[in-house]
Amino acid sequence: MYQYDDYDRALVLERVEQFRDQVERYQAGELSEDEFLPLRLQNGLYMQKHAYMLRVAIPYGTLSARQLRTLARIARDYDRGYGHFTTRQNLQYNWIELHQVPEILQHLAEVDMHAIQTSGNCVRNITTEAFAGVAADELMDPRPLAEILRQWSTINPEFLYLPRKFKIAICSAKQDRAAIMMHDIGLYLYADEAGHMRLRVMVGGGLGRTPILSQQIREDLPWEHLLSYVEAVLRVYNRHGRRDNKYKARIKILVKSLGIEAFAAEVEQEWQQIKDGPAQLTEVEYQRVARAFVVPAYQSRSDTELSFGSDLMAFPDFARWVSRNTQAHKVPGYVSVVLSTKPGADTPPGDLTAVQMEAVADWSELFGFGEIRISHEQNLILPDVRKSDLLALWTLACEQGLGVANAGLLTDIIACPGGDFCALANARSLPITAAIQARFNNLDFLHDLGDFSLNISGCMNACGHHHIGNIGILGVDKNGMEWYQITLGGAQGKAAALGKVIGPSFSAEQIPDVIERIVDTFVDYREVDENFIDTFSRIGIEPFKERVYPKHAEAVA
Amino acid sequence: MNNLLMLCEGGARHVLDDQWTLIRDIEGELPAGPLILPLARWRQIQEKDTLQDISVDGVWLGPDDDLESLEMWLDVLPLIALDFPSFRDGRGYSQAYLLRTRLGWEGELRAIGDVLRDQLSHMRQCGFTSFAVREDKSSEDALKGLAGMSVLYGRSVIEPRPLFRRR
Repeated sequence: MYQYDDYDRALVLERVEQFRDQVERYQAGELSEDEFLPLRLQNGLYMQKHAYMLRVAIPYGTLSARQLRTLARIARDYDRGYGHFTTRQNLQYNWIELHQVPEILQHLAEVDMHAIQTSGNCVRNITTEAFAGVAADELMDPRPLAEILRQWSTINPEFLYLPRKFKIAICSAKQDRAAIMMHDIGLYLYADEAGHMRLRVMVGGGLGRTPILSQQIREDLPWEHLLSYVEAVLRVYNRHGRRDNKYKARIKILVKSLGIEAFAAEVEQEWQQIKDGPAQLTEVEYQRVARAFVVPAYQSRSDTELSFGSDLMAFPDFARWVSRNTQAHKVPGYVSVVLSTKPGADTPPGDLTAVQMEAVADWSELFGFGEIRISHEQNLILPDVRKSDLLALWTLACEQGLGVANAGLLTDIIACPGGDFCALANARSLPITAAIQARFNNLDFLHDLGDFSLNISGCMNACGHHHIGNIGILGVDKNGMEWYQITLGGAQGKAAALGKVIGPSFSAEQIPDVIERIVDTFVDYREVDENFIDTFSRIGIEPFKERVYPKHAEAVA
Repeated sequence: MNNLLMLCEGGARHVLDDQWTLIRDIEGELPAGPLILPLARWRQIQEKDTLQDISVDGVWLGPDDDLESLEMWLDVLPLIALDFPSFRDGRGYSQAYLLRTRLGWEGELRAIGDVLRDQLSHMRQCGFTSFAVREDKSSEDALKGLAGMSVLYGRSVIEPRPLFRRR
C-alpha cells in the first residue's frame, strides 16, 4: 500500500496542530459556532445527537494491520470500545469528546492517517472497490490514480468551499463494485488498444433527496489529463453550482439543469485552457506512486490446494462460507475473504469492537501481507489469503463473530447509523435492520435466495444507499412518528438502477412481514436460479404490490 | 479601509493608512476618493468619463458578477476586490484564479466581505494580495492565518506546479 513520505507526514502533522489551535480558539470563544463549523467538518467532526462523531479517512478503503490496531486503540481509549465502518470505506467513532480530538488526530497521524475532508463541502475521500489490485476481473489497478487524486484534492485551496460535498470514485473491474454511477465524478479505468490507460468519466451522480445516476461526459480521457480534467469540472461546478438551496447544490442538479451536452461544453472550454499545463501527470509521478503498491511475495500454487479440497468436503458450513465470502483472486491459489460485520440482530452493520479490530489485524498478518480493506457493503476484506489457510481463518473468524456466510445475501444489509445516533435522521435504521435479521435467520433459506441486497437509510440523505438496494428502506417522519418507505429494483454496479417506490409507507412493526411478503413473491415467480433483480426486471413491481397491499388493507390505509 | 492585511516582500503587514473607501451602495452620494465601487456603478462612471488612461477608483465584484467583462478594463484599473458574502461561499477562489491566470491581472487583488483568519492562506494561494479582515476580528490575530501549511499537493495561482513537479 501507499507509504507516506516526508511531505505527506508534514502535512498531516501540521494539520493536527492547525486544528488543535482552532479547537482552542473555539473553546475560548474566539471562533463562533458558525465559523468553527466548516473547520471541524473538514476535519471529520460532526455534532450528532448525543456526542461528537469523528469520521476517519481510510483512503480507498485500504488499511495496514498497524493502522487497524491504532483504530482499535482509539476506540478503546476515546470511544466506547467500537467503531463503525461506512459505505464510503471510512470509520466513524460515535462518542467523541471535542477536547480529545486533537489528541486522537495526533495518534492517527503517527500511523499516517487523518480525518481531513471526510466531511464538509469539499472533495471527500476518494473511493475505489475493496478488491482493487487483487480481483480476478480487474483490468488495471486503480489505486495509484486514486492516491494521486487523494493528494491533489487534499487541501486544494480553490476547492474547499464548494457548493456542496463532492465524491469521486474510481474502478477498473468488470463488475463495478465502487458504485461509480452514484458519485459526483465516477471514473472507469481501462486500457486502449495500444495498452495505454484511459478513463471513462461519468459526472453528476448522487443519491440523497434527488437520486440521479451519473452520465458519461468523456469516453476516453488519457490518464495524464486526469487532474486537469477533474480541475475543470470542479471549477465549472464551483462557479456555477447552486448555493441558494442546500438540497439543489450537488453537481448532479447543475448537470441536470444545463443538460449533459452544455455542461460538457463548459468543462471542455475550461479544460482546453489548462490541459497541457503543469497539471498534466507525468510517467515519473505515476511510477513513484505505483511503486508503493508493490505486488506482494505471493507463493506459487502449492499442492496444499489438495487439503483445501478435502476441507470443503469435510465441513459443509465452511464450504458454504467459502462459496459466499470469498472473491476470485488474480493469483492462483489465493482468494480475497469477506469478513461479514453482520452476524445477526445483535450487531449494527459495519460495527466492529476494538477486540475484533485487533483480531482482524492479527489475521491479516498471519494469513496475508498485513493489509485490510473496507468494502462499500461495510464489511472487512482480507485481500490475499491462501486457499489452504481458509479453514484456519474461518475457524478464528467464527470465534470472533466475523465468520457468518452471508456476503451478498439478504442479511448483508447496508445501513446508516440512523436515528439512534444521527442528528439528521428521520427514523431509526438499526432496530429495523435487527428485526429483518431476526426474521431471516435461516442461512439455508438465505443461500437459496441468492444475491440479494437490502439497504436502509434513516433519512433522505441516503447514507445507507437505499435507492440502489434491490430492496430499499427509507425512514420518513410523519407527524413525529417513524415510518418506512420501501423501494424495489434498485441495483448497483454496471447495471445500476434506482429502486421504485412500492406504495404507502409502513410502521416499523410491519416491516419484517412486508419484507417477507416481498421475498415470498420473488420465490413464487422466480425461474430456476434467478436472482431477485432478474425476476424483478422480468415481472415488474405489480406482483409485489399486490402481495404487499392486499385489497382490504388498501381500503384501511 | 481599516483592518487590512497586505502581502509585501515575502511577508505581510498590517496596513494602518489604507487610502481606499469601499462603497457597497449602488446609488447615493459618493465620498471623496479613491473608492472601491460596485462593478455596475464603476462601469456607469467609466462610460460617462472620457478618461482613457487610468481610473482613480477601483472596482469590486460579487460572486455572481461577470468576471470576463472586466478584461477590457484591466489596464485602467488600479485595484480589483472580490467579495465573500459568506466565508463559506467559495466562488471568490475560482474568480481569483481566473483573474490571475486567465485574464492576467497583476495589480492588487483584495478580499472583502466575510474575510476571516482561517481562510486567508487559501485566498493567498489563489492570488489575493490584500485582505480586508472582517471589522469585528483582530487583523493582528488574522495575520497568523496567512501562512497556512508548508505542503501544497496540488497547485495554485502562486505555485502553478503541483507537488509532483517540485519534488
